[in-house]
Amino acid sequence: MNPFAYTQPQDIGSALVALAAPGARPVAGGTNLLDLMKAGVMAPSGLVDINALAGAGLDAIAEDGAGLSLGALARNADTAYHPLVRERYPLLSAAILAGASPQLRNMATNGGNLLQRTRCVYFYDTGAPCNKRDPGTGCPAKAGINRQLAILGTSERCIATHPSDMCVALRALDATVHVRAANGARAIPFADFHRLPGDTPDVDNTLEPGELVTHITLPDGRRFARHSAYVKVRDRLSYAFALVSVAAALDLAEDGTIRAARIALGGVAHKPWRVEDAEERLVGHRAGELAFAAAADRILHGARGRGQNDFKIPLAHNAIVQALTNAMRGGAR
Amino acid sequence: MDACPHYPIRLHINGEERAFAVESWVTLLDLLRERAGLTGTKKGCDHGQCGACTVLLDGRRINACLTLAVMQNGHAVTTIEGLADGDRLHPLQQAFIDHDAFQCGYCTPGQICSAAGLAAEGQAKTFDDVRELMSGNLCRCGAYPQIARAVCAVQGIAVPGTESA
Repeated sequence: MNPFAYTQPQDIGSALVALAAPGARPVAGGTNLLDLMKAGVMAPSGLVDINALAGAGLDAIAEDGAGLSLGALARNADTAYHPLVRERYPLLSAAILAGASPQLRNMATNGGNLLQRTRCVYFYDTGAPCNKRDPGTGCPAKAGINRQLAILGTSERCIATHPSDMCVALRALDATVHVRAANGARAIPFADFHRLPGDTPDVDNTLEPGELVTHITLPDGRRFARHSAYVKVRDRLSYAFALVSVAAALDLAEDGTIRAARIALGGVAHKPWRVEDAEERLVGHRAGELAFAAAADRILHGARGRGQNDFKIPLAHNAIVQALTNAMRGGAR
Repeated sequence: MDACPHYPIRLHINGEERAFAVESWVTLLDLLRERAGLTGTKKGCDHGQCGACTVLLDGRRINACLTLAVMQNGHAVTTIEGLADGDRLHPLQQAFIDHDAFQCGYCTPGQICSAAGLAAEGQAKTFDDVRELMSGNLCRCGAYPQIARAVCAVQGIAVPGTESA
């Protein structure tokens, strides 16, 4: 690990001042950042330990009108097992518990989960070119080891995926990310928080320098609570990143007619993937395999494999149908 | 100016308060093994993938390789050395012996600390829950069936295919 300065500010104002310094990075759980620093992939000149801000409420999980507010410093495990999350957003609970291990979930925070970096092997290998780690050096993944990598929204510069499970559920549930900087606060719709690689794959998200994630809010999700499911397909039964994951939620009428649908995919793109048009076209149809398969076709329109990851296209199709079927039957709870 | 400042910290390790001065980049794992003399906690992958370094931080299981010692100033750490009560083994330690739940033993301190964390969390109700919630601890010898049985025995969870828990 590179030498770096360490500070532990006791209030958010001091933290924001410290984070405005060039090369400074916040650390909370540390489960991804410290690993990347050990690998030499990231080398911040200063770490700002924000854990003391838990005392200022940044670790709170609390009702927010008819919705819920999840503190950036709340641990993934505490979020997944929180009674309000389990009752109103079982999809979020299921997605979090599908990720990492109990030890990591005890450390990792909600804010940090959003800021996870890709697990592409070339990104981690400092001996290899990588446009995300070292802009302009190239992308060996396109014709290389790409079994885990993206099939949607890729660019010629990068085919990395975002590795989070939690974020897939947050995208499906229309979350909002709240951030603060020294000069003010703003709210970012979840759809706009992560970005596609385009010509600047080194930029994972739309956070500005010096901005800190303070909390995430969820709108009232109770209409989806009875019919939601998270399906994660991976190389082993537990403790592995998704090849493909699907967060699905349905609001069904008594006769099985779809009133609303939410479908987001993980493991397939640089950000959680969602096609609202496919959801809107489900409205008014009877829930069932026919409608679900049509939605899967729309969601995967334009999907492209790079060889090793070609299998992800039919896999994603099947996973979407499975997740919607599980949701229809009353999945996540 | 000191290019490598040392940060004074205090940790409650296995019930004893201890003081250290550490560089910023020293992980909790390296501090335990190399500065506190507690080599029971093992370094397997050093990347949070194997669970060999699992310890209890304020009673919760974590990977000691993925946190900095300086970040844990003032907190309480329990390692495998701190689980027994004098010469009386912790019930999980005894269960691992009774169920033949290790071969080479390298993953065992992490497995047992992880199982102690699992017990405190109270989320495991079934044999499959135990398998899922112990998945952060790898065992290259493949003692998983015995490990799951040992944990279930202490938790009072029935093991499929056996007559009693």
